[in-house]
Amino acid sequence: MSTVSEFTFSNFVKSVLWLLFWILIIVSLIALPIIFIVLFYVPPPVINGVEINPYLLLTMLTNPQVGAPLIRPTLESLFFRIAVFPGFTFAALFATVLIFAERKTLAKMQLRVGPYHAGREAFWWANSLGGFLQLIADLLKLLGKEIIVPSGADKPIFWAAPAVLVIAAAGLIALIPVAPGWVIADIDVSLLAVFALLGFFPLTVLLASYASNSKYPFIGGLRALYQLISYEIPLILAVLPIVILASTLSLTGIVEAQYSYWFILLVPIGAFVFFVTALAELERIPFDLPEAESEIVAGWLTEYSGMAYGLIQLANYIKMYALSALFTTLFLGGWIGPEFLPSIEVFNVQVLSSGEVSSIFWFTIKTFGVALFMIIVRGTNPRVKIDVLLRVGWSKLIALSFINVFIAVALLYLGVVGVGH
Amino acid sequence: MGLEIDRERIPGFDVEGKDADGMDKGILTLSVGPQHPGSGHFRLIVKVDGDIIVEALPDPGYVHRGEEKMCEYRNYIQNIPHLERPMIADSCGILYPYVLAVEEICNIPVPERAKYIRVIMAELNRCIFELYWLGIYGIFLGHSTMFMWPMADRELLIDLAEMASGARVTHAYFVPGGVRNDVPDAFPEKAKRHLLYFRNRLKEYKDIFYDNPLFQARTVGVGILRREDAINLGATGPVLRASGVEHDIRKVEPYDVYDELDFKVITMNEGDSFARAYVPWLEMYESVEIALQALERMPSGPVRTKLGPNPKGAVGEVFKRVEAARGELAYYLVSDGNPKPYRVKLSVPSFREIPVMAHLLKGAKLADMPSIYWSMNYWPVEADR
Repeated sequence: MSTVSEFTFSNFVKSVLWLLFWILIIVSLIALPIIFIVLFYVPPPVINGVEINPYLLLTMLTNPQVGAPLIRPTLESLFFRIAVFPGFTFAALFATVLIFAERKTLAKMQLRVGPYHAGREAFWWANSLGGFLQLIADLLKLLGKEIIVPSGADKPIFWAAPAVLVIAAAGLIALIPVAPGWVIADIDVSLLAVFALLGFFPLTVLLASYASNSKYPFIGGLRALYQLISYEIPLILAVLPIVILASTLSLTGIVEAQYSYWFILLVPIGAFVFFVTALAELERIPFDLPEAESEIVAGWLTEYSGMAYGLIQLANYIKMYALSALFTTLFLGGWIGPEFLPSIEVFNVQVLSSGEVSSIFWFTIKTFGVALFMIIVRGTNPRVKIDVLLRVGWSKLIALSFINVFIAVALLYLGVVGVGH
Repeated sequence: MGLEIDRERIPGFDVEGKDADGMDKGILTLSVGPQHPGSGHFRLIVKVDGDIIVEALPDPGYVHRGEEKMCEYRNYIQNIPHLERPMIADSCGILYPYVLAVEEICNIPVPERAKYIRVIMAELNRCIFELYWLGIYGIFLGHSTMFMWPMADRELLIDLAEMASGARVTHAYFVPGGVRNDVPDAFPEKAKRHLLYFRNRLKEYKDIFYDNPLFQARTVGVGILRREDAINLGATGPVLRASGVEHDIRKVEPYDVYDELDFKVITMNEGDSFARAYVPWLEMYESVEIALQALERMPSGPVRTKLGPNPKGAVGEVFKRVEAARGELAYYLVSDGNPKPYRVKLSVPSFREIPVMAHLLKGAKLADMPSIYWSMNYWPVEADR
């Protein structure tokens, strides 16, 4: 005997209406008074000498022109940069598009269709996109799943690991310049900071695997550590010639040094080594050893379920965006490209200049291209073994990196490139 | 609350002293299966020291159905559909020796055309099976494209099998006295077209999978089965031939019309995982060749000997074996003169690979486990019967 009643459409509509009713009650009786009390005590933000108070916001509803001069200062505020562009929202959106692109590209390579039905009938314009709502469906599925914590798990670390991964991945994107001046943290040693943040991931993976208190995650965590040993040194060595050629550790400076030549033309070996080691850093096929499915179930992810798993995947794809963006910045000239797009103006007030729009366009296109290349590698290769990765990492990639450094030094001494060119 | 793993809570993770099985300290026992993405309905108790497997204990029996006992309660014809069930990916292969055995013990003649159709269907099923196997081999090594391509190309051959028999996978097509029904008139032409396309397609598998240096790094020199070990441990089929033993029931003990057809027995001498993956690929060319030849030579005429309602076997016993896709598949059938067999014994190739698997996994790395395990052509459902 089941106590759960059968699903009927009228009950469903009733429950939705009931939900809306309660939301309305809570918003009008609790949330709005709280907002007004807060506004009474906290002074409203001042942008460009204009106080943003609720009356101004109401005025904007009827007369939007009032808001136009405030858009540019808002875009330049630190909060907007961290939260929206080029910060977390942009990265998460990029990651979402990447997941969809990955599924569709792999499907094309494998003579399949990929996500097809979700969202296809919902909107007439979505027919050509085919199944883009599948990602939303997956997200809802993950949100609806129970997060099971294994008994005997080290709970604080087990819970913290997904959040730490997302935060570290978000830290990476704070350092990458998207357009001239469009970077959250423009520090002098941003390249060093990138490597410091990249060091977080294997450590977190090891802690998460250890905290799971289970066998397969434990093996996965150890493999992540092995992998770190084999790729970290070539990864850093591959970037050394860039620093030599650009004579700066700032990513903005490195992009600006590429106005005459992209560095991929000068040090192609370094670009290759960086790409391979970036794949290892991302734990993607062919280097997905820490989560090798047929050997150790899901590796260090085995005990994670529900949205904790979802957060880890989000962190992975944000990291994929960050490393593709880093490849673009270091080797493909970052935002550099012809200015061809018009500027964006709102009520005759310029919001983004033509140069900025084009820069963002070129940066996005290049980054997407690099990420697509990673997807193609995934579609055509099997997984390697840990001893092969160690051997390749220590013998071949390090040797290639050193050759690369010598090439860079030779270019510098011959006067082909360097300071003053 | 430290970061240390509470070792007492993980069975098999005894660092101090020895565990219950007398294994050395620091040995981690992994239960690979029956719920593991790389096992199937089967358990492999693997003990690892670091990354090296010190012992692998295969533990079959999760999907035992009692096929042999079921045979004793049904008459010869009723046995046909359920005997396919242990190996639906190669349903003609597992039914073939049963049909041959029943024909011998009941003394049923077989028309010539039926023999050719049987050979064609058996070879189609061999390819269908090998493709399925190859796809899973691909995904076991993390190659997702190699998973999808054979699964898609398998449909071409399944279409042919469906055209002939009316069913996609469990054909129940071979019956004592021939095949259940004649193939449609359009079948030979369509079969030739599909097989020629399929043969061209096989080359692309080599390009993306076998020639891939990463695949070779994972399989070449991994899990080497020496020739004498292969013979002593009772390996069969592609596993045996990959170790350099030229043994194929189709040549050694030809049944139906295999002795009239021209084909090679594929052998390789390396005996490693790569050879065990490569031999089936080469054999698919031979299968296509056999099927094309049989299509050419297929005579016209009846395809089935008319039987009485309940054929009785003569008192006696019969042993028949064929080369199924995974190796030698044999039936031992005892009859006491009744319409039902007194005893039916299946000797399936999958079960015979278990000792080979245990032998090869010992001393291998944990990362080699999928490539060795799957190169064994081991099918848990067939092994458990």
